[in-house]
Amino acid sequence: MLADMIQRLFERSVDDAAQARARDGQWLADVWAEVEEMGLPLALLTEEQGGFGLTLAETGEALHLLGLHAVPLPVAETMAANRLLAAAGLPLAEGPATLARADGLTVADGRLTGTVERVAWGEQLDCLAVAVGDTLYRVPRAGWTVADSGLAMNFHPRPAILIDCAVDASAPLPYCPLAGGATVRAYQIAGALEAALDLTLSHTATRVQFGKPLQKNQVVQHELAKLAGELACATAAADLAGEALDRGEVLGVAAGSLRAREAATAGASIATQMHGAIGFTREHRLHLYTTALWAWRDEFGGQVMWAKLLGQAALDAGGPGFWPMVTEL
Amino acid sequence: MSAIPFPAPPADSAAVVALRAEFRAFLAEQLKDRSPRQRSDNWYGYDRAFSRAMGQAGYLGMTWPKEFGGHERSAFERAVVVEECLAAGAPVGAHWIADRQSGPSIIKYGTPEQQQLILPRIAKGELSFGIGMSEPDSGSDLAATRTKALRDGDVYRVTGTKVWTSFAHEADYVILFCRTSGTPADRHKGTSQLLVDLKNTPGLTIRPIIDLAGQHHFNEMHFEDAVVPASMLLGEEGQGWDQVMSELAFERSGPERFLSSIELLVQLIEVLKTRQSDAAQITVGRVTARLAVLRRLSRSVAGMLQNHQDAGLQASIVKDIGALFEQGLPDIARELIDCEPDPRAAGAYSAVLANIVHNAPSWSLRGGTREILRGIIARGLGTR
Repeated sequence: MLADMIQRLFERSVDDAAQARARDGQWLADVWAEVEEMGLPLALLTEEQGGFGLTLAETGEALHLLGLHAVPLPVAETMAANRLLAAAGLPLAEGPATLARADGLTVADGRLTGTVERVAWGEQLDCLAVAVGDTLYRVPRAGWTVADSGLAMNFHPRPAILIDCAVDASAPLPYCPLAGGATVRAYQIAGALEAALDLTLSHTATRVQFGKPLQKNQVVQHELAKLAGELACATAAADLAGEALDRGEVLGVAAGSLRAREAATAGASIATQMHGAIGFTREHRLHLYTTALWAWRDEFGGQVMWAKLLGQAALDAGGPGFWPMVTEL
Repeated sequence: MSAIPFPAPPADSAAVVALRAEFRAFLAEQLKDRSPRQRSDNWYGYDRAFSRAMGQAGYLGMTWPKEFGGHERSAFERAVVVEECLAAGAPVGAHWIADRQSGPSIIKYGTPEQQQLILPRIAKGELSFGIGMSEPDSGSDLAATRTKALRDGDVYRVTGTKVWTSFAHEADYVILFCRTSGTPADRHKGTSQLLVDLKNTPGLTIRPIIDLAGQHHFNEMHFEDAVVPASMLLGEEGQGWDQVMSELAFERSGPERFLSSIELLVQLIEVLKTRQSDAAQITVGRVTARLAVLRRLSRSVAGMLQNHQDAGLQASIVKDIGALFEQGLPDIARELIDCEPDPRAAGAYSAVLANIVHNAPSWSLRGGTREILRGIIARGLGTR
C-alpha cells in the first residue's frame, strides 16, 4: 500500500529532467514537499514515537524504492536521522536532515564548534543529528555555515559544514549514527541494483549484434546470472542489517552493510560492462544507478571501518566461537 | 521488477533455539575426538556409527511422516541440524544423500512397499545411499544418459556405466537414472529411476575412481546385464526426467553449498586471533559478512521449502555464490598466512589447508556445475 504510493510518487516526479536538475545541485523542493506530505520522514518511527508503526518489511520496501528510483533527495538520511532523534527523545527534524558521527567537534561553555565533513545536502537541511562521543546533538540549520562544495560520486552535494552554535538539544547517544546510515544505504544499494538489473535485461534483450540479441549469448547470460546473484545478496544483506538495527546489534549491521557494499561494486561493474559504451554515457539512465552505487558504498563508515569492527569480533570469538557468532548475526 | 525473490526467513522459534542448543551439545559429545583435519572432510566424512547415533537421537528423516520413521518436524528444524553438522565438521557421509534426496524422492514417488522397506532404516541411520546420475558421456547433459534398463518379466536387465558415485563402495543403495525405452536421441523421454541394491545385484561391478587428492570417494558402477526386480521401479516408467529434476532440487537446496571449507576459516581465525592486524580483521570481517548473508539466503530457501514453494531458482543462486565463497577461502587464507600446505602435516592449519585446496575444485562441479546453474538462473530471468 505504502509501497504503491511511493512507487507512484517517484515514477511521476523523479523523471530524467528532475535527475538532471538535482545533479546540477538544484533542490527539488516540489518533490520534497510531496515526500513530507506522504509522511516518509517519519517512516522508521514507532507509533509511540509519532510514526505509523510500519513493519520492517514495509520500511525496507520504502527504502528499497528510494534506491530503485535513485531519488536525488536526502529522504533516507532524514528517515534515519529521525529514527535516531526519536530514540534519543530529541525533537524530530522539521525538514530534510541527516546524521553523522563527528568526534572532532568541541563542546565547551555550552557551545558546539567544529567541522563535519561531507554532509549530504548540507545547505538545504533543516537540522543535523550528530554524535560526539556518547552524546547526540540536534543542530539546527542556523547553527552552521557551509564550508565547501564537496560532491558525491553522483554529483549530489556533500559539503563540509562549520558548526558554531549554542547547544540546543542533546541526549545520551542511543546507537551509532553510522549504523543507522549504513542500514538505510544497504536498502538503497539493493534498490539501485534492482534497477541496474532491469536496465541490463532490457538492454541485452533489445540490442542486436551479430544478428541476435546480446542476451542470447551464453557469456552474457552468465553475467546476468551473476548480477541477479549480487542483487539477491544485497537484498538479503539489507534485511540482515535492518533486523540487526532493530535488535540494537551493531555486528549484524556491519555484516549486512559490508555485503551490500560489495554487491554495489560487483553489480555496478557487471551492469556497465553489459551495456557496452552506452552505459558510460549520461544519455542512458544506467549512470544514475552506477554513480549512486559508487557514492553509497563508501558512506556512513567505509567498508574498512565496518570490516575491522566485524573482523575483530570474529577473531575475538576465536575458532570454536566463530560459528555461534555467525548464527547470532 | 526482475529480482528473484528470497522471502525473509522467519525469526527462530523457541523450538528452533532449543533444538540448536540441544544439538550442539550432542555434536560436542559425538565429535570430541575428531581432529581439525578430519573435520575438514565436512560432508564427505563417512562414519556409519555417527549416522546411527544421529538416527537414534531422532535427527534423521526429521521432516518425514511418522509412518515412515520420520519425526514430522519443520524444514527449519532440519536446516538447523544440517548447518550445525556442517559447521562442526561432522562425518555425515553415510546418511547424507539418503536423508537429503533419496528419502524425499522415495516419499514422493515410492510404492508403500518401497517406503516401508527403506525409509525407516534411513531414519535410523542404517541405510546409506549414493547417486546414480552421471555417466562417462553424460555429465551436465543428464538427458544424454545411455544406461539401459529393459523390462524382462518381473525384472529389469540393466546395462551401462555410471560414474562419480560417492561411496558406492560403502553404500547400500543408489537411485539409478536410466533409459527404459528408446535411445539417447530421445533425450528426457523414456527415462526412469530404479532403486538398486548395491550389495545384492548380480551383474553389478563397483570400481574405485581415485581423486586427485589420492582419496577414494568416487566410484564407477558398471552394470552388465544386471538384474533389478521390477518392484524396485521408483515412480512411473518413463517419468524419470521429472523425478530426477525433483531429486536435484532437493540436492541443490542445502547449506552444504557454502560451508564445505568452514573448517579452514575456523583454523584461520584460531591462528590469527593472537596476532590480529588490520589486514586480518578486514579480511575476516568481509568473509564473515559474506557467510552471514549466504546463510540468510539459505534460510530463505528453507522457508520456501517449508511453505512448499518451488525454490529451484533460489537454490541455484545460493549454490553458485556459495561455491565461489567456499572455493575462495584458501586464497583468502593464503593472503594472510604464509604456509606450505602439507597433506600429512601434524599441524592443524597446514593439514586443513591442504585438504581444502585438494577438494575445492569439485564444489562447483558436483550437483550442477557453475555453468549449468548460471544457465538456470538466466532462464529464470527470462533470457532463454
